[in-house]
Amino acid sequence: MTRKQRRMNFIVLGLLTLGVAAALVLTALEDKIVFFYSPTDVATKKHIPTNQQVRVGGLVKQGSWKKPTNDLTHRFTVTDLRHDIPISYKGIIPDIFREGQGVVVLGKLQANGNFQADEVLAKHDEKYMPPEVAEALKKSGMWKHTEDAK
Amino acid sequence: MIAEIGQFALILALVIAIIQGTIPLAGAALNRAQWVAVARPAARGQFLFVIIAFCCLTHAYVTSDFSVANVAQNSHTLKPLLYKVSGVWGNHEGSMVLWVAILALFGLAVAEFGTGLPPTLRARVLSIQGLIGVAFLAFILFTSNPFLRLDPAPLEGNGLNPILQDPGLAFHPPFLYLGYVGFSMAFSFAVAALIEGRVDPAWARWVRPWTLAAWCALTVGIALGSWWAYYELGWGGWWFWDPVENASFIPWLIGTALLHSAVVVEKRDALKSWTILLAILAFSMSLLGTFLVRSGVLTSVHAFASDPERGVFILGLLVFVIGGSLTLYAIRAPQLKGGGLFAPISREGALVLNNLLLTTGAAVVLLGTLYPLILDAFGGGKVSVGPPFFNATFVPLMVPVMLAAIVGAMLSWKRADIGAVFGRLKIAFYIALIAIGVTAWFAGNLKDVLAAGGIGIAAWMIVGSALEIAERVALFKGPLSSSWRRAVGLPRSAWGMAIAHGAVGIMVAGITASSAWRVEKIQLMAPGDIITVSGYSLKFEGAKPIKGPNYHGERGLFTVTKNGKAVTTLTPEKREYPAERSQTTEAGILTMVSGDLYAVLGDKSKNPAKGGASWSTRIYFNPLVAWIWVGAILMAGGGLVSLTDRRHRIGAPKTARKAAKKSDDIKPEPVSA
Repeated sequence: MTRKQRRMNFIVLGLLTLGVAAALVLTALEDKIVFFYSPTDVATKKHIPTNQQVRVGGLVKQGSWKKPTNDLTHRFTVTDLRHDIPISYKGIIPDIFREGQGVVVLGKLQANGNFQADEVLAKHDEKYMPPEVAEALKKSGMWKHTEDAK
Repeated sequence: MIAEIGQFALILALVIAIIQGTIPLAGAALNRAQWVAVARPAARGQFLFVIIAFCCLTHAYVTSDFSVANVAQNSHTLKPLLYKVSGVWGNHEGSMVLWVAILALFGLAVAEFGTGLPPTLRARVLSIQGLIGVAFLAFILFTSNPFLRLDPAPLEGNGLNPILQDPGLAFHPPFLYLGYVGFSMAFSFAVAALIEGRVDPAWARWVRPWTLAAWCALTVGIALGSWWAYYELGWGGWWFWDPVENASFIPWLIGTALLHSAVVVEKRDALKSWTILLAILAFSMSLLGTFLVRSGVLTSVHAFASDPERGVFILGLLVFVIGGSLTLYAIRAPQLKGGGLFAPISREGALVLNNLLLTTGAAVVLLGTLYPLILDAFGGGKVSVGPPFFNATFVPLMVPVMLAAIVGAMLSWKRADIGAVFGRLKIAFYIALIAIGVTAWFAGNLKDVLAAGGIGIAAWMIVGSALEIAERVALFKGPLSSSWRRAVGLPRSAWGMAIAHGAVGIMVAGITASSAWRVEKIQLMAPGDIITVSGYSLKFEGAKPIKGPNYHGERGLFTVTKNGKAVTTLTPEKREYPAERSQTTEAGILTMVSGDLYAVLGDKSKNPAKGGASWSTRIYFNPLVAWIWVGAILMAGGGLVSLTDRRHRIGAPKTARKAAKKSDDIKPEPVSA
């Protein structure tokens, strides 16, 4: 086989792999990425899908965390200080979950406006604010307020 | 005083690195022997001063010198000694010092052990290493100085995040950095070779051990991190496709591809420019990983406090290193003429397939990791790309890699008879089919067909690797003693490959079983309650208060029985660290070959009906989960075995250079024209 032929084989094989990868990526991107909404988005936009997992983030509202009594369900409110969204989560809450701190939850929005969380994202560092949450607070114009509150 | 010595040592190291990065490079270009000879002493000096700085910082941590801001922010007098030491790299500034220390260590290794290298190549490699050192030392000194003083000094430090106070995590960053920085060797060799304009099998023989060592360390580092996440986060998960995990996984994938393509350069003198490109990419991806972790641009469970100024610095470095090396590559690579030709069906062909799929896999992971950033930059909204994306894209790309690995290992170089190879692999194929059938039968569920396929692939890889060795030692084809002699005489690299490939099979079995058949039970339990999970009965005996050196908390007690026989007791804990004002969960885990029994103690709540209190508990059975880490460690072990192969120690090709090597050992370095 000549050098040219070999290079051609190489290129064809390479393009083929990339093609397969691109097809996989495109089909996956269509339905496997998860969108992030702030409480204000949830309150003001009507088209948030209820049959698909989304992320919601903000601050855990002070005084809103009700620990489970006998059904293992934690209830709390996530706020961007303009709008609130009630969250329910069945399971064990991460260690670094506190009222007044940033949180991101993954789950589905119910028709009644309640948010059923499948996962509460734990962070290593309590000083850390998830970028989406910081963004949501900036958008709601409340970023400075949380800074002052600290 | 000691902190100032450390600071001064870092400055001296920077000055030496500047010399190391320029003079030998110029000397090699201008043919000046004295300039070239600067490389080795400079590498030694850089190592000396960086180690002094590292020791000074460690000293500050061990003695809890809170007048050093970094120590005050990240340490505490009550912390156990191990975590005082590991606290050195448990924070941004210190981890960068560790990074540079490892870089200097590799530089020293080339200076000391690279005696078989042509002096100009060695000088150039050391110079490139020096330039990387300049960038990182400047980064430390200008944006993240670990020796900044506090005045007045606080009486007590803030403590280390308790979730990081764990033996698994104490050693996770050093191994990860050994891997990341180890790829800088491949990078330096690649850039030096581009400058020299020559890549030959000898070059590959020098590069391969460094890459292999880095790859082993990275494998261990990733495995440690995943194991830590498994038992420490209390979620029973071991891989989250988190951006920071991906940041370590992408260089691993590229490094794996590089290992395989370097074999082709070494054995067949082909795929040269591709191998150079991979060497550049492996290190570039390591840098990109450092950037992603250190700049905090992505939402991640590894959220370290971040600073935009640092992000900009690393981004600039990234542009310089990747842009510069790829430009050099674009200019010089066309001159690298490939040697050996090969047919598509050959060992080379299989390795090309391996390389294409692994790099495509790395590209897919990179795309998934960066997609949220890209979309956000173009105003497309905030999204996150999670496990479903990676499972749907990455896994299908890896299946053919694993299937082909076993076939490829049996193909001959240049041109191979694939029919004959299939014939030799018949047994592995049948066993894989049986494994699929048996798994599907027991699972009895259409949804588990994919999982059965995973088990089939695992069986294929384990049996196929065993067959490969059995065939090479002619097992059962003659007396056992002759097979034994052959086994001892077999090149270590052949053993290394079979072990590593088999280990992938073990890992795949663990991954498949633990994700497909995991059992999870969450409930409220009062003392005396019994719950049955996968045949094991766990009786909750209650929880008692405990007190540790720097924490207090509760320890639950479960007695575990199976068929009425006592098995063990599990003692999950919930700890509160007052200094750091945070809690951690310590899972109670019983590790068995068949799987892990995993118990987590949750919140206590009042329960008037059941004698006062009950606790939320989470019990998992994770089948075969330990196989994942056993597989990963075995894989690194395979790499180590391969590293002891004779040909890596001999280094240079036999004839002329071997003689040169001998004289090199005795006389001062001769400089080739």
